[in-house]
Amino acid sequence: MPERTLMSAEDIQRALVRVAHEIVERNKGAKDIVLVGMQTRGVPLSKRLATTIQSLEEIAIPVGSLDISLYRDDISSLHLKPVIHRTDIPTDVTNKQVVLVDDVFYTGRSIRAAMDALMDLGRPQSIQLAVLIDRGHRELPIRADYVGKNIPTSSNEEIKVYVKEVDGEDKVTILLPNKGATDESD
Amino acid sequence: MSPNLLISGGHILDPSQGIDKVADLLITKGKIAWLGDKGAAPSQSDLTTIDATGLVVCPGFVDLHCHLREPGFEDKETIATGTKAAAKGGFTTVCCMPNTNPPLDTQASIDYVKKTAEIKGAVQVLPIGCVTKGRQGKELTEMSELANAGVVGFSDDGDPVASSRIMSLAMDYSQALGLPIINHCEDKELSDGGSMNDGWVSARLGLKGIPKAAEEIIVARDLALAHLTGAKLHVAHVSTNSSVEIIRRAKEKGIAVTAEVTPHHLTLTEERIMGSQSEKHNQLTYDTNAKVNPPLRTEEDIAALIKGLKDGTIDAIATDHAPHTSVDKMCEFGLAAFGISGLETALACLMSLVHGGRLDLKTLISKLTFEPATIIGTRYGELGTLKPGCRADVTLFNPNKEWIVDSRDFASKGKNTPFDGCQFKGRVIATIVSGKVVYRDKPE
Amino acid sequence: MKAIEPNSSIATPETFPPPSVAVWQHSHVLDLDDFTQEEIELVLETADAMAEVLTREVKRVPTLRGKTVVTMFYEPSTRTRASFELAAKNLSADTVSLDASKSSIVKGESLIDSLRTIQALGADIIVMRHSQSGAPYLATQHVTCSLINAGDGWHAHPSQALLDLYTIRRHLGTLANLKVTIIGDIMHSRVARSNVWGMTTMGARVILCAPPTLLPRGLDSFIANCQLPNVSIETEIEPALKNADVVMPLRLQMERQQSGLLPSLREYIQLYQLTLERLSLAKPHVLVMHPGPINEGIEISPEVAHGAQSVIEEQVTNGVAIRMALLYLIAGGKNK
Repeated sequence: MPERTLMSAEDIQRALVRVAHEIVERNKGAKDIVLVGMQTRGVPLSKRLATTIQSLEEIAIPVGSLDISLYRDDISSLHLKPVIHRTDIPTDVTNKQVVLVDDVFYTGRSIRAAMDALMDLGRPQSIQLAVLIDRGHRELPIRADYVGKNIPTSSNEEIKVYVKEVDGEDKVTILLPNKGATDESD
Repeated sequence: MSPNLLISGGHILDPSQGIDKVADLLITKGKIAWLGDKGAAPSQSDLTTIDATGLVVCPGFVDLHCHLREPGFEDKETIATGTKAAAKGGFTTVCCMPNTNPPLDTQASIDYVKKTAEIKGAVQVLPIGCVTKGRQGKELTEMSELANAGVVGFSDDGDPVASSRIMSLAMDYSQALGLPIINHCEDKELSDGGSMNDGWVSARLGLKGIPKAAEEIIVARDLALAHLTGAKLHVAHVSTNSSVEIIRRAKEKGIAVTAEVTPHHLTLTEERIMGSQSEKHNQLTYDTNAKVNPPLRTEEDIAALIKGLKDGTIDAIATDHAPHTSVDKMCEFGLAAFGISGLETALACLMSLVHGGRLDLKTLISKLTFEPATIIGTRYGELGTLKPGCRADVTLFNPNKEWIVDSRDFASKGKNTPFDGCQFKGRVIATIVSGKVVYRDKPE
Repeated sequence: MKAIEPNSSIATPETFPPPSVAVWQHSHVLDLDDFTQEEIELVLETADAMAEVLTREVKRVPTLRGKTVVTMFYEPSTRTRASFELAAKNLSADTVSLDASKSSIVKGESLIDSLRTIQALGADIIVMRHSQSGAPYLATQHVTCSLINAGDGWHAHPSQALLDLYTIRRHLGTLANLKVTIIGDIMHSRVARSNVWGMTTMGARVILCAPPTLLPRGLDSFIANCQLPNVSIETEIEPALKNADVVMPLRLQMERQQSGLLPSLREYIQLYQLTLERLSLAKPHVLVMHPGPINEGIEISPEVAHGAQSVIEEQVTNGVAIRMALLYLIAGGKNK
């Protein structure tokens, strides 16, 4: 399958800075904000957002990580992805503005699971959603509050996000199905 | 009644006469009439010819040890089904053990077995009587009456005679009758609760073991008593190397002892219970079909047993055919019944020793025919031989025919075999009892 | 304006562990002898995530919603059974418990019948305890649902061995090259047998220490035939304890003495009880473990059982996490 780069490291950096600004703007500052990265690649993205927000607002932002394996609605397909990472949120989320951070926003099922998981940990004031890529094809009535880049796709394409902390480099690519199989829209 | 039969062109193997050649065999009026060069038989009217080219033709097999379960356990086996299985396995005479319900400890029960066998039996059935009343090990049966009723020996098989005193009395008594005491040698206190050989597999599987010594102690005791009393002792299903050694020394001393070994003890080891060599986790782990008493032992024991067969320490191969229902076997290993349904796989499984170069065909046939027949004696006529004038009990088998064991095809009600699915080479083609073909292999 | 130092935990570039390559293949958990090191690691990692759930105020996640877990115990047990049931409930499974130890069910066909009935009633996972070694192997031939062996006779107790591994790893970081000494009734111990597999697979050395009458006769050839060079046998406690990292006395059933396997409890206590004095032969960081229930004053002195080195209570807590992990992996890994 041919792989094409859609975002470079600089593109990702710019998108994250913009999203950080939007988060601050929407919440009128950064007080009471908790960033929660979704395992695996949402975690480093949330840490980068936190660093940016801290430098804007000069306050420490708590950052946590969330594994949604225990909340998935498709446990019987687990054998493809059996590893559960630890959920680790360093602060009580009750009455906080929790911003969930994920790399790719697709069907919405992971976000549904993440919201359930968060609710089990406390009662946030609000839950917001920040994603690097929104590729469409929602199956649930969920939308993102902050989007790094909208990339309309067909469902047989695959979006891959590489982050330095996990993959050694920053980039977003699209894996196209075999030639002629789809009509790709830009 | 039965037609005259000419078995033509087979490889005649009769250890009783030392015959080992391609020849013709003529049967008339249920007796062996003539044995000689191909095509040279005296002409007969009403003659049926069986082409035995490529087959071994030998005396019908004599099984000294099987369980026909009737009366009392007809759900496991009946005399009808058990003897049908015997015929399929090439056995023309089977000696049935008395652990029935009621046990064969009275003339009436012996008569019942003999009558039923005459009417329904496919092969000749010779009963073995109990040593003690109710197989309780306490009081001797009326052994003389049982002898008159036609038993060929005495045994409390399954439950050994535990008391040395009772055993010595039984031997004294049987010595006068000229019949052997057949003992299942097991020190029940030492084997108590065990379900397989006491060794590395039992240690691994967490099963209680039956030590080899449990057998050897009683073999040694019985030999001492046989020496004391002068009685004939037949040691049932020998399973350990030391038992073979003890019996060998007793024979050297002139003690009147004979011994038998089963096909499964000659071919399987304790590792079968694990599934396969050092592997677990397949359908065969804790397979109750491999649970048998005495238990399957080790490769070392197999080697000693084969050596014992070759040097004459062990006289006979007996099946210890022990059919059980699926209920008796389809349960937890420790709770399952002991025993293997063995009549129908005996020859094929033993032929694996011949094909593997561990045993020669002549010795094998001798241990299935002439030698066990000698232990029974001649009160039922000469068995295990093709001598002219004797009962025409003949087995024809193809030593090279390959087949796969499928217990569903068994004539026996007992489907409990550890050989299910095994590919064997060697198959019984026809079994003739008193000149009558009682079993014929389905043509392919 | 003061420059804010970024939170150090955020600024340090975090190294992410490489994603585990283990793929869960087991439809059943019958023993640890068919587990690879990677598979055991996977269970332990999963248990880590489950342990986090157990620290929450509401210890419940919806993972196994709609799944039915049936515990069938053909032998009395309190802790293992409670542990499995709590684990199932923490994962939101429906649980049904069948106490077969009191019923008239004893033999064969009935076990298969009960299993089939339970399956027909809709069980997804059966957790079975049985007094007969090998009973779960029989069971898996007659059901299509998953089965977890919660102890069979003298043979295996995989969840106990896993929780032992987990407890050790939490305290000592790794199993590799540790000396683990198991003392007592090895012959009748499913815990010892499963631990032999689990510990050696994870790189530990295992010393089995018992009076000669409580060692299975074929044990040395078992070790040789299964190529377990890291397992050794010892009949004296002092050398067995020397430099041990982990010590695990086993429960001594009173009937062992009654059936003549021991001359007297007094002699057993004198020769094999884990006392503070004997424990001092082990390494300073030694962990004292026990599969429970404890006979205080028999195989272990009260000071050791409740002493600073004891992690016996923690084993029980960890048992829930391990059993949650097994239920989760079994429910998800079944690829039928």
